[in-house]
Amino acid sequence: MTAPSGPARLLADVGTTDVVRLDAHLARWGALPDVAPRTLLEAVDQSGVRGHGGAWFPVGTKWRSVAAGRSPVVVANGAEGEPASGKDRLLLHHAPHLVLDGAAVAARAVGSKRVVVHVADDSVADVTAALAERDRRGLDTCSFEVVVAPDRFLSGQESAAVNTVNGRNPGIPSFVTLRPVRAQGIGGRPTLVQNVESLADAALIARYGPQWFRSVGTHDSPGTALVTVTGLWDAPRIVELPLGTTLQSALGITTERAGAVQGVLLGGYGGGWLPTSTALALPFTEEEARARGTSLGAGVVVLLPVGVCPLAEVARVARYMEGEGAGQCGPCVNGLDVLATQLELLAHRPQSLRGGLSAFPTLCGLVEGRGACHHPDGVARFVRSALGVFGDHAALHLQRGPCRTTAPFLPVPAVTGAVR
Amino acid sequence: MSRTRYRLVVDPVACDGAGVCAELLPELIGLDPWGFPIVESGGVPPALVDLARRATVSCPRLALHLVRVDD
Repeated sequence: MTAPSGPARLLADVGTTDVVRLDAHLARWGALPDVAPRTLLEAVDQSGVRGHGGAWFPVGTKWRSVAAGRSPVVVANGAEGEPASGKDRLLLHHAPHLVLDGAAVAARAVGSKRVVVHVADDSVADVTAALAERDRRGLDTCSFEVVVAPDRFLSGQESAAVNTVNGRNPGIPSFVTLRPVRAQGIGGRPTLVQNVESLADAALIARYGPQWFRSVGTHDSPGTALVTVTGLWDAPRIVELPLGTTLQSALGITTERAGAVQGVLLGGYGGGWLPTSTALALPFTEEEARARGTSLGAGVVVLLPVGVCPLAEVARVARYMEGEGAGQCGPCVNGLDVLATQLELLAHRPQSLRGGLSAFPTLCGLVEGRGACHHPDGVARFVRSALGVFGDHAALHLQRGPCRTTAPFLPVPAVTGAVR
Repeated sequence: MSRTRYRLVVDPVACDGAGVCAELLPELIGLDPWGFPIVESGGVPPALVDLARRATVSCPRLALHLVRVDD
């Protein structure tokens, strides 16, 4: 029951245990302490923990904004629609009770009696089994229900999750600028939508306090991050690393190995590309990522190997993202389609691309900031950064024609077809 | 002395690109290649507030909002 001292926290037992069942969980971490809501809010505030769903918003600030409302609802969000991310599924499988403890802590802190666990289809069995264990013990005072997220890229977006639970426009975001979900979400109630990893962090903060939490990480980005790494091993792997460390040291990447990588994608398909040397030397925090025009997103790192045409990859992802749009905002519907078409030309028929690369910044500018959600902004960042990092490659396409076709590398599921 | 300041916000879900707003308020609203409004981000100058309000109530989808800016 002692607090873990190393960087591995949420995944401390992943090497030895497939699923940490309730008995093992309680033996490992002890029961949740009986703490007043105000004390919990203070602890979470002081811990500095930030949201791991992709926005990196301070968790304490978010909790306080909801705690001010009447009978709020808590959503433990593990929808994880990002194809290059697997950390929420792993966490819900391996340590479901840390997530559920965290949701219980959040509910207590904000004065909620209702928790909705919003997860992908693959995670339902893991969550249901864990909830049954807790039920037998009579562990919780709040109610838990499980809601399945539609298998779509946008499912985990805050207002999309609320719509799914409300049973209206499931998996489709709303325009929330004038009416945020923290004020009016599920059933019209103030709603806290929090990523499952952040909740698991909160479960440990409630036990060991903010100072312990801050013993790893940086001042502005304390704690650890679960990161899905693609392109370093035979299959994608999920690692827990201390925030502020470099990928080079955390992943043990040699100079020789780095030489076989032509660029690194941070933050997934709404994130941005960086030159390999920049990405590997970057202290892994959201501030550092933003200062270089990208984001950590939900902790996605993709190392693109040499020998794969980056433009073909970018075009394929852009087309997937276009198809995964909600189909409700004009600039996004029209703009992403044209953007994907232009990228396909650049990748496969560059001789047909009129005006060379000059159209891309304009097209990106036409979609940025003009959707109900940040879907178009993310695609624009992905495309702009790709043309920056792979600019020489694009020039080669324009001069000499396309690369010969290579096997797809970036994971792109079949487009589900927008619900329109 | 402070005067109430406003900005225009388009609800992109409600908007279907009718273009009425750009016709009524060309000073602040242009159209993209697909006919959807691009709104000046700097806020609404006091002299245009009344015209901006008229544009909001003339939108057939009620997708244009005049929002008070809190500073």
